[in-house]
Amino acid sequence: MMDLDGMFYWFGLVVVAAPCGLVAVLGFSALVNLPLSETTISRLTQSAVLMSLLPAIGILLLMIATGRRYVPIEFGDWASIPEVHFHFRWKFIFDRLSVPFAILALVLCGVVGSFTRRYLHREEGYHRFFLLYSLFVAGITISALAGTIETLFFGWELVGLSSALLVAYFHEREHPVRNGQRVWSVYRLADASFLLGALLMHHLTGEGDFGSFVGQGTWPDGSAAISSLNALQIGLLFLLAAAGKSALVPFSGWLPRAMEGPTPSSAVFYGSLSVHLGAYLLLRVNPILEASWQLQIAVVALGLISALFGSIMSRVQSDVKSSLAYASLTQVGIIVAEIGFGFYYLALIHIMGHACLRTLQLLRAPTLLSDYHEMENAIGMRLPDSKDRMAGLLPIGLKRWWYRFGYERGYMDLILDSWIVEPFKLVFQWADRQERRWTDWLSREPSRESDAIEPHRESAERVA
Amino acid sequence: MMPELHFPWLEYSILTPALGSILVWWIGDRRSAQNWSIVVCAIALLFALGEWVDFSVLESYEAHDHWDFIAFLFKQDVFVIDELSAPLLPLGALIYLVTVLSTLRTKAGRFSFAWALASESILLATLSCRASWVLVGLLIAATIPPWIEMRRRGRCTRVYTIHMGLFSGLLLIGYSMFQLGRGSETLGLMSGAILSAATLLRSGIFPFHCWTTDLFEKATFGTAMLFLTPLTGAYAVMRLVLPIAPDWALHMIAIVSLFTAVYASGMALVQTEARRFFCYLLLSNASLVLVGLELVTPIGLAGALCVWLSVGLSLTGFGVTLRSIESRIGRVSLNDYHGLYQHMPRFAGFFLLTGLASIGFPGTIGFIAMELLVEGAVEVYPLIGSVVVIASALNGIAVLHAYFRIFTGRRPIAQISLQARFSERISILLLTVLIVGGGLVPGPSIASRYHAAIELGRHREVSESQDSSPLPSDVIKQP
Repeated sequence: MMDLDGMFYWFGLVVVAAPCGLVAVLGFSALVNLPLSETTISRLTQSAVLMSLLPAIGILLLMIATGRRYVPIEFGDWASIPEVHFHFRWKFIFDRLSVPFAILALVLCGVVGSFTRRYLHREEGYHRFFLLYSLFVAGITISALAGTIETLFFGWELVGLSSALLVAYFHEREHPVRNGQRVWSVYRLADASFLLGALLMHHLTGEGDFGSFVGQGTWPDGSAAISSLNALQIGLLFLLAAAGKSALVPFSGWLPRAMEGPTPSSAVFYGSLSVHLGAYLLLRVNPILEASWQLQIAVVALGLISALFGSIMSRVQSDVKSSLAYASLTQVGIIVAEIGFGFYYLALIHIMGHACLRTLQLLRAPTLLSDYHEMENAIGMRLPDSKDRMAGLLPIGLKRWWYRFGYERGYMDLILDSWIVEPFKLVFQWADRQERRWTDWLSREPSRESDAIEPHRESAERVA
Repeated sequence: MMPELHFPWLEYSILTPALGSILVWWIGDRRSAQNWSIVVCAIALLFALGEWVDFSVLESYEAHDHWDFIAFLFKQDVFVIDELSAPLLPLGALIYLVTVLSTLRTKAGRFSFAWALASESILLATLSCRASWVLVGLLIAATIPPWIEMRRRGRCTRVYTIHMGLFSGLLLIGYSMFQLGRGSETLGLMSGAILSAATLLRSGIFPFHCWTTDLFEKATFGTAMLFLTPLTGAYAVMRLVLPIAPDWALHMIAIVSLFTAVYASGMALVQTEARRFFCYLLLSNASLVLVGLELVTPIGLAGALCVWLSVGLSLTGFGVTLRSIESRIGRVSLNDYHGLYQHMPRFAGFFLLTGLASIGFPGTIGFIAMELLVEGAVEVYPLIGSVVVIASALNGIAVLHAYFRIFTGRRPIAQISLQARFSERISILLLTVLIVGGGLVPGPSIASRYHAAIELGRHREVSESQDSSPLPSDVIKQP
């Protein structure tokens, strides 16, 4: 009969392998152009999520029954060079943080998968949606259960790519595509910051393994054996990564843009899971936060500022999904502040509650007007107009300023564009012009044939 | 005594495309020429693969061919394979096969198969060669086919001629000085500096990179791609510069390469045409390979060798996809959206896959390679090394930017099918298997490249300690 460790091992393996298997099946069918029916895709998806969820629940029950708070499961080195201490280990940990988050992620993904079956029925991109969805499920499961910083990064990247491509799901229109590009750009910067943080952690502490890193204690009681300064350096990089992933200030601009995607992906990714991944990272590296009070202050400050901005902006949005996006930001900001204050369990419970609520709200968003009608019919009168009493106390000039500030989304996109993107473009466009002058001079004639190229040469009448 | 392969793989893999080139030139007919080229490239690839397998079985650092005809004639090991070049030969042969395979018949008139096969022969000979006059000659000879093509197409060759002329001149002067100045520290340093300048010029390192974009503007996409994607410049650095340059000089080259990597990734983001965009992306990745090579640490070197393979595979796939799109709709502007996904979903998926593989995305062949490279760079320069991460992030943004511009944003109507042809599908499938397979099972390639890095480092130490010693390939073979 299988012993307890064997059960943990096999359950853990299935939890991670099921979503990866789904990616493999859907990816292979796309590669070899083997069309799968909607029913097949839907059944495969539901089976994979269920196959992952049930063993995760099994592990939770076993942990409760046996009183074990920390179950590491190793699948060995994926790649290693022992001579230089380079290891990429597939290690997953099941503890009080990862198990609830993984179960939450799988439950919400399952619900949304089921919802999407009808929502995208006969849509042209049905298969594409589920391929990206499977990438997301694999990414979020790997991230949630990651036992090493490299494994977490692996999942983190999968989540980023699938999120950006799902924002651009309606890719025959320009706007969703532009927004997808923006989300991806912010994610790439967040990823770079994450990778630098991970490398710094390796170099300063010699550890990439969360289990070794937090010493003897299990989450959230571990403590990192590093100096306050080192903790501040690593922590700030992780905080920047978390800010990008969770749309905290000053990266909040991508969150409402992400709502361009189909409602199911908005609900599960930007409303409930993706947006919490930054907070999850901070929870996972909580020993680093505790090693530096300056870092804790930075986390609290960033969380509160984001919450304040989110609150202002959510009140003045003109569409329900944007309003919900900023409402999410408010809650994520509060969660981050809670983490900064050291209320880890509270933050975890807050994440779970908020994720469920926001998924429900976003899934209901397309039928909001219909819901209001039903409610008004039921009560036989108009719904009462909610007025903020505090707002009445503010002078009209200030109210207008706040309104405009909120409506313009805190000018954050504008600031990022004019302070970072535009100078970047100007510098490289200038360099491009200089290169043109140089090659023109060497050629003694205009050197760029590409200047004469017109857009849309693929138009029907030109295709040869 | 140097071990011997069990079969003359090297000579056969070099001779096959050389003879194929003559055959194709003699046939003349485009359709037959392409079919024959595919057969010849496939045979050359099989020989190159045979060489790699045979060499792996020998478990030696280096080996020469069975029945080495040239060694018999000249008493010198000219074509020698070692840990560095063993996987590069099949990679080079694969790049040519995939390019020839994915050439549309409508474009066969512009792209010369005979010259492509001649270039392949030169490339495989170059990769089988270590520092010697033969290598210098082959590096110079390789610059001729693109020049001839540009002349034949009536394009201005001044930029290319000036740069490649300078490259050839520096290479000849540098190697002559090296040969003459054995034992003299001053001459040794000068020859090292001149050879470094030559190889950096060939690698397209800033500010000597403008010829690369000019080549992509004026030559056919296939020819330009074949000239740059095998990273011959990096090979020249490994053979001519690494054994003789002091550490500080190599670190200087690494910093210049790092700057080029960031510069090229920034330039890729502002390009408005797909060829130029591809060229800068290639330059950025090639510079990252050079960064790792010049770090001279086992982990950095191993990372660079792994990135070399991943960049070779992924950017070949990326370039082939762009070329196939260009063959259908003409030069691709990135100023606006084209929305081609609906008409070519397979190309779209492959474009994304290869682009992401080039930046080291998880699950692709480049992931662990890039991790190793970044780790190696940060180990040597904790702050400057972080720039590798920035370059990679910018490349990632550029790749998705191009993907969105080419495949999304509109819904165009095409009256004919733009789908991938059978031969293109074969290319796509082949490269996908290698990119994803290498990503899922990275262990063997990492171990092999790390071993190569250790051996290269050891040989470099040996050549440093023996101040006046000749380069390894100059050792006269015992009769």
